[in-house]
Amino acid sequence: MKNIKCDCGHVNPEGTVLCEACGKPIESNQHIDGNEKNKLLNMRYEGSARRSKTYNRTIVDKIWMFFSSVKVGVWLIILTLIASALGTLFPQEMYIPPAVDPAEHYRDEYGIIGQIYYQLGFHNLYSSWWYMLLVASIGVSLVICSIDRVVPLYRALKKQRPKRNSVFIKRQRYFAKTQDVSKQDVEKVVSQLKKKNYKIREEQGHILAEKGRFSRWGPYVNHIGLIIILIAALLRAHPFFFVEDYVWVREGETKIIPQTDQQYYIKNNDFIFEVYDENDERYGEAIEKTGEMIPSNFQTNAEIFKVKGEPLPGQDPELVKVNEGAIQVNKPLKVNDLAIYQSSYQLNEFQSMSFKLHLRDDENEESLGEFTFNMNDPKSEYDLGNGYRVVVDEYYPEFYMDDGVPDSKSKYPKDPAFIFFVYGPDIEEYEVNFLAVGTNLNPTEDNKYKLSITGVDMRDVTGLTLKRDHTLPLFMIGAIIFMIGVVQGMYWYHRRIWIHPKDGELWIAGHTNKNWYGLKRDLEKVLEDTKVEMPQDQQELK
Amino acid sequence: MDYFTISSNFLYASFIIYLIATFFFGATIRDKNRPHKKSKVGSIGFVITIIGFLSQVVYFITRWIASHHAPVSNMFEFMTFFGIMIVLAFIILYSIYRINLLGLFALPIAIIIIGYASVFPNEISPLVPSLKSHWLYIHVTTVSLGNAILSVSFIAGLIYLIRQIDQSVRSKKTFWLEFIMYSILSTVAFIAISTTYSAMGYTAEFEIPEVETTIEYNMPAIAAPNDSEMLTTDKMPPWFETPGWMNGVDAGRKFNSLVWSLLGGLVLYGLLRVILRKRIAAAIQPLLRRTKPDILDEVTYRSVTIGFPVFTLGGLIFAAIWAQEAWGRFWGWDPKEVWALITWLFYAGFLHLRLSRGWHGEKSAWLAVVGFAIIMFNLVVVNLVISGLHSYA
Repeated sequence: MKNIKCDCGHVNPEGTVLCEACGKPIESNQHIDGNEKNKLLNMRYEGSARRSKTYNRTIVDKIWMFFSSVKVGVWLIILTLIASALGTLFPQEMYIPPAVDPAEHYRDEYGIIGQIYYQLGFHNLYSSWWYMLLVASIGVSLVICSIDRVVPLYRALKKQRPKRNSVFIKRQRYFAKTQDVSKQDVEKVVSQLKKKNYKIREEQGHILAEKGRFSRWGPYVNHIGLIIILIAALLRAHPFFFVEDYVWVREGETKIIPQTDQQYYIKNNDFIFEVYDENDERYGEAIEKTGEMIPSNFQTNAEIFKVKGEPLPGQDPELVKVNEGAIQVNKPLKVNDLAIYQSSYQLNEFQSMSFKLHLRDDENEESLGEFTFNMNDPKSEYDLGNGYRVVVDEYYPEFYMDDGVPDSKSKYPKDPAFIFFVYGPDIEEYEVNFLAVGTNLNPTEDNKYKLSITGVDMRDVTGLTLKRDHTLPLFMIGAIIFMIGVVQGMYWYHRRIWIHPKDGELWIAGHTNKNWYGLKRDLEKVLEDTKVEMPQDQQELK
Repeated sequence: MDYFTISSNFLYASFIIYLIATFFFGATIRDKNRPHKKSKVGSIGFVITIIGFLSQVVYFITRWIASHHAPVSNMFEFMTFFGIMIVLAFIILYSIYRINLLGLFALPIAIIIIGYASVFPNEISPLVPSLKSHWLYIHVTTVSLGNAILSVSFIAGLIYLIRQIDQSVRSKKTFWLEFIMYSILSTVAFIAISTTYSAMGYTAEFEIPEVETTIEYNMPAIAAPNDSEMLTTDKMPPWFETPGWMNGVDAGRKFNSLVWSLLGGLVLYGLLRVILRKRIAAAIQPLLRRTKPDILDEVTYRSVTIGFPVFTLGGLIFAAIWAQEAWGRFWGWDPKEVWALITWLFYAGFLHLRLSRGWHGEKSAWLAVVGFAIIMFNLVVVNLVISGLHSYA
């Protein structure tokens, strides 16, 4: 370390631009802050010695230099900004319909640009390695640039003395000289400054009035908040901190809640779907204009059970009710550290369908045997008695015709269809019955018997999202610290006014980290009714 | 009178009051007093502005009573509220800096935004379940106040640019400045055209046979929907079809509105150029001579420093808390969320650039313009064009 001793006697660390104690420019280091070309001194970091501006020999120095540069920081921000914007050009993969093949979806919906978008991986842009790398670099930059500046800045502000070097005073943005100022006037200025809550320090007739120094720490405080938020985001990768799951529960059904080690069960007592009344006095006009139903409520009335004791394998556990209530959008239900959100639903799902067998040309359709197909417990064969039986050849829960071939869109019984083989003592081989809701599409006209639907049972299904998120408090702390930091740094200002007697003249200089207009008004107020001249702004934009 | 009517009347009233206030601020240009000293006309303008603001507050409260929820739930209500917040942001910055010119520019921008809001259906609409939360007004009010304060930075930046850009030669800068003027005029044209046609009750229907839907146009179709047939026979036939790659919801109708506003803007701009016989900015420039550029630069920066924390709180933190409650995730890369992040990153970049020399003054002013473009993109385009959880109206 090559320390630098200033004329005032203070020993500064290597790389110092302005003496920490008296502010005198240290000649050999003026290029660091670009002071040599300018009339005014660069006061951004008080001319303190920053590691990034002092050492550039080793690889560590170079990395440190790179990440502590504001220029690099701004570039990282701009790149992240552009990347983020690109990701909104088309929907991300999580927002496209779940059943489709993304490769086809992007090509068919958005043409050639969509295909390129998909092939570049932009459909999962925010979880891509390079986006993560950008965000991580911003994190590294936040840490390094903060450490690089905050330590020397703290030193410089702590070591500053009221008596400054004349060159320092002269090269401040607000500066004036006045001749023959009376002692009374100086005292008046000082008392005005005190009234304005400036802290006054004096050294051999030189006065430093300072206020709001803590606002200088604002940027570093908010950077700490951001780093905490980034750390919280990292922790979410671990299941201890963050778990997400999904469960469908039919009305009347009791299901294990996932992610609870089979310890908790949920029962869906009722799913409620409500829409606004189109004759409503208040909203009627708007509903009519929209031309469709506007939902007003999605709600699951649920009960939560806990398993009592340790059930033996194969034995049904004994359940104890621990909680019950309504789960609505915006009103999740809590089970320990798990939150249950209303997130989806399916109205009128088929629960069971009943059929009867009768002679095809019997107008009264007199029953020769009946059976009920339960969607939750489908059997492959149903015995109708008297030697008649029905074999389920195909079951399509959500039926549609795919180029003339029957198929199912999903495994959920939204629109079921069946192919039944009917066997009987007077049937030669078997008769084929093809049934969907409302139709019996018998392929052949020579069937003797016919199956008809006698009844259906329907019910609603609720889709619930489960979340366990232990990172939330950390995000909250990060956000609060960030807010404190920005408010501290932006709603308060670090103002300093120096009173500097020099060769019978009174020099006055002012500096603030932001809001120069406010400093000017302070000076005007403080110098009112005195002979001291109002400092001029030496840097007015032309 | 019911609350709804009262509310609408107060909104009309404030619209007129802002117009009057603008004239008073305009009169300060001819004021004999020195700039930045208290001018009587300016003070009157400011008082009138406050009256207009209060009238709009009455609109807000009565509409809240009428609709039983905070009136920030659709495009009409939201843009109107954004207009109120711009006026509030102006009031805040005017009381610090007392720059009359700021009123001359801020109020017209607020008027245009309120006018733009009125293009959307203004009936009271019910809340869908996801919006039923106290966070609706906590989140929306803070985020629009934040956006509004950041917008004042654009207004100050715009004044700076008009005053400072060299108009004696044609340059890239004069081009972009005229482009800003043209964009503002296009918005004005859009409001005028759609208000006129909706007052006339204009409708033309189109059918898209492939998907069996009909689309109703409320202004003459320059661009018809893609692959469509016109059902209405006695109206102007479309000039061309909307290209097929524009395939958002109602792409045809929105594209048609865009074409209308761009053409309307061109007509307005052309007329003004013919009347003024010079660039619009060049015509305004002499009126701004007496304002000091460094105070405008200061306002540009100061409004960002005031607005940035407010925006962060409303647009990211409150937004995240609500998203956590409604959807079980505080961040989901929905386009609206991403664009809020982009806005935040942009202004974070702005604040960091101010640390270096050479980014004050003109460059800052251009940045403020870009920032406002991003805000408007998020408010308008993301809602209307990009589909996502925040698409409404």
